[in-house]
Amino acid sequence: MSDLPRTIHETRQWLRSGQITSVELTEAYLERIQQVEPQVHAYLHVAADAALAQARLADERRAAGEDTPLLGVPLAIKDVINVLGMPATAASRILEGFMPPYEATVAHKLREQGAVFLGKANTDEFAMGWSTENSAYGATHNPWALDRTPGGSSGGPAAAVAAGEAPAALGTDTGGSVRQPASWTNTVGMRPTYGRVSRYGVIAFASSLDQVGPITRDVRDNAILLEAIAGHDPHDGTTFPDPVPPYSQMLEGGVKGLRLGLPREYLTEDMHPGVREATQEAVRVLRDLGAVVEEASLPYTDYGMPVYYLIATAEASANLARYDGVRYGYSAGAADLQENYKLTRGRGFGPEVKRRILLGAYALSAGYYDAYYLKAQKVRTLIRADFDAAFQRFDALVAPVAPIPPFRIGEAPTDPVALYLLDVLTLPSALAGAPGISVPAGFVEEDGEQLPVGIQFIGRPLDEATLYRIASAFERATGYGERAPTDAAM
Amino acid sequence: MPTYEVVIGLEVHAELITQSKMFCACSADFFGAPPNTHVCPVCLAMPGALPVINREAVAQTIRAGLALNCTIAEDVRFERKNYTYPDLPKGYQITQYELPQAVNGWLEIDTPDGSKRIRITRAHLEEDTGKLVHENGVSLVDYNRAGVPLLEIVSEPDMRSIDEVNEYLTRLRQLLIYIGASTGDLEKGAMRMEANVSLRPAGSQELGTKVEIKNLNSFRAVRNALAYEIARQEKVLREGGQVEQVTLGWLEHEGRTYVQRTKEEAHDYRYFPEPDLPPLHIDRAWVEELAAGLPELPRARRQRFVEQYGLSRKDADILTAERAVADYFDALVAAVGDAMPPKKVANWVMGDLFRLVNESGLPISGIPVTPAKFAELLKLLAAKTINANTASQVLKTMFRTGEDAGAIVEREGLAQVSDEAALERLVDRLLAEHPDEVARYRAGKTQLFGWFVGQVMRETRGKANPGVVKKLLEGRLAEHGQDE
Ligand SMILES: [Zn+2]
Repeated sequence: MSDLPRTIHETRQWLRSGQITSVELTEAYLERIQQVEPQVHAYLHVAADAALAQARLADERRAAGEDTPLLGVPLAIKDVINVLGMPATAASRILEGFMPPYEATVAHKLREQGAVFLGKANTDEFAMGWSTENSAYGATHNPWALDRTPGGSSGGPAAAVAAGEAPAALGTDTGGSVRQPASWTNTVGMRPTYGRVSRYGVIAFASSLDQVGPITRDVRDNAILLEAIAGHDPHDGTTFPDPVPPYSQMLEGGVKGLRLGLPREYLTEDMHPGVREATQEAVRVLRDLGAVVEEASLPYTDYGMPVYYLIATAEASANLARYDGVRYGYSAGAADLQENYKLTRGRGFGPEVKRRILLGAYALSAGYYDAYYLKAQKVRTLIRADFDAAFQRFDALVAPVAPIPPFRIGEAPTDPVALYLLDVLTLPSALAGAPGISVPAGFVEEDGEQLPVGIQFIGRPLDEATLYRIASAFERATGYGERAPTDAAM
Repeated sequence: MPTYEVVIGLEVHAELITQSKMFCACSADFFGAPPNTHVCPVCLAMPGALPVINREAVAQTIRAGLALNCTIAEDVRFERKNYTYPDLPKGYQITQYELPQAVNGWLEIDTPDGSKRIRITRAHLEEDTGKLVHENGVSLVDYNRAGVPLLEIVSEPDMRSIDEVNEYLTRLRQLLIYIGASTGDLEKGAMRMEANVSLRPAGSQELGTKVEIKNLNSFRAVRNALAYEIARQEKVLREGGQVEQVTLGWLEHEGRTYVQRTKEEAHDYRYFPEPDLPPLHIDRAWVEELAAGLPELPRARRQRFVEQYGLSRKDADILTAERAVADYFDALVAAVGDAMPPKKVANWVMGDLFRLVNESGLPISGIPVTPAKFAELLKLLAAKTINANTASQVLKTMFRTGEDAGAIVEREGLAQVSDEAALERLVDRLLAEHPDEVARYRAGKTQLFGWFVGQVMRETRGKANPGVVKKLLEGRLAEHGQDE
């Protein structure tokens, strides 16, 4: 990989100086993909021809004098985001081979800016999971330890970036699905404020929580990519009209004098000691840099998990009703309508998706709505109030991302509830609609393997700029992100 | 034998007039279009598609709510109504459930006992479904209608007879057309009805078990289904039975209802707030602007026609049945001014003009005889330049050619002969030519008077001033009588 630029901003220098063309760069990535995909399986679909066509176009645009940050830059796109000319499966059998007739706003924006789409990256089915093991097309392997998961649901995009199969990628975060895989692959992952990035054309899991976010090799790239995709979209009524700040030009301010809160509820008893140490070390670094780090409290943290699983599954139960075998996607082909519904959905959805549809439908059903869905909405308001109160005192919060380092594929906790606890540290901020960024914070050793650990910064809604500023200062002071997994592993 | 009182409430779905569908940019004007040509990722529920609220549809709902005397909610929320059917692409319908746009209104209807208010529980906005087409043993789905904005108007069970139901539907349809919210075109499915009906012993205050009848696509179907259902329930009750709470369908061609589902099979729609759409805050100023933009409503207009123009309520009702007709009449009366009393103008409109409009098949707003042109004609009549008979003929010509009345009258020499001396000579000659008739008249056969008038009119090709002719004839015939 030393023969390729590491980041988007370095790539731009190479392209602009003529050191490499977008076609050459794209070819190099396609070669790299061919080389490591058998071990990593980050992609569900590699679009070599389409990518090269886009690259040629980008080179022409550059030759015509254009020079924008993403012009000619290859990217991996999570397979819940519709891209024209590529299948969109959400890693589900029910959408096997489905070609979307339209493109997501984020993909369209990137295309306009000259980005090159290498292909569609793996995910848990409909983004429901922590490890990509719920993908109907096989799990992605962590480039840092191939027997382990890269996390999920955006495990494909994160692994692709970590393994050098793409310089950057787009993931989606519903309850932690960008931040957790970023922390487990030594990459930078941003979950923007809910409403900062359009969801139009993004296959829905939970509408009030889904957000598209960049996964990159450094903070600057992340800011560049968010700048490119954020903003109001007339096709998505939940996007903010507020202008998008030039994040990539707001990285330098440092943390001196910033007040950072460390939520006491986030340092749980059962946390892996390596994660705890990495968090404490990160706090030390931030203090050295001049930040004021004090204990914060988010009293409703414990309710994040049940509230999330009631609201997200309720929304999912409706969002996934459209997969009925009538208009597109897989259809069992039974002659009887009811029978066709049953067979199509029975065969098309995997077990985790079915579990969540059932849970969600139950939470909404007559007689249970008040006790579950409505109660969950009320508690969600309290969780939001927790964050509002914390942001009265603090400019941002600092916290671990996942309580444990990546587990081995096939060794996830078997009890679904224990498994659901994996994202207790990312769920509450998602419920509050607050932005959060995961940044490399070192490594823990387990069974002789070096496993990446991340730290997250959670900010006020629409204050991604402050998060980038903190993340950038932390990155410059530590440099963990510059480490790449050894090719020997792949 | 007890007598029973009928208790009926109605739910009316009306397609709203908007450029585009409720949540996407597809044209809402889909009638007659080839199947699945007015569709897009949003109304086909493609993966990842999102709805966006059509402000025009919200405006139409508010206007309808105002016209129905409703309270307009400031905070409105869309919710998902979950059920599975192939014509429902998302597997849920977006509708207003807990926070509807308009509540607590009423619609006034006429009954033999006078005016009656039918209370409106709510009027809310939702999206229409697609349409199933069954052909050669297979079912096909057309999504052109999917996502078309639909206004649901729910009444309280305030109707006590099928006549009241018919009157309510007629008045509701008239109102929606008046304010331009719906075409009211039943043949194109722009209005669809559901009725709930129960019986109770006359004088009782408690409501009986109600039965819902769905899929009623014409006022006739509503009347027939209700008549059938009322008879059925009455029979059940008379035989000492109990009416079951069921949902019925109506088989128009067979003239009977059938059970769609029982109480036990009732759907659980699992309503919850639509997370893809932010709650809607309705600006007061906007509501006021919409209220100010509403036309004069049919009932108020009818009242004004009675008071201002001195029309009978029946005539006022006819002239306000359609907004365009009422507009025409208002303009016509204004243009005629003091030349002719409005009551007389009304007779011309409801008589000659309506006949010509009906024969032409044109909408009144599109006829060549504009109110100004018609007024010119009526003024010629009022000034006795022409007589009624001539006016009628001229109107026909005007309707055909679009010419002005004055031009026709002049060209064809139709000005009325009021010159007494000329008419006197004519009368004298006529009487001289018809001594027999004169003799018979004098002998008491006074019915012949009309015949004499007719002769004069024929000689003058209808142009003679009938008043003058009558006066002269009366005088001359009497003179002769005295001479004998
Ligand atoms: Zn559409």
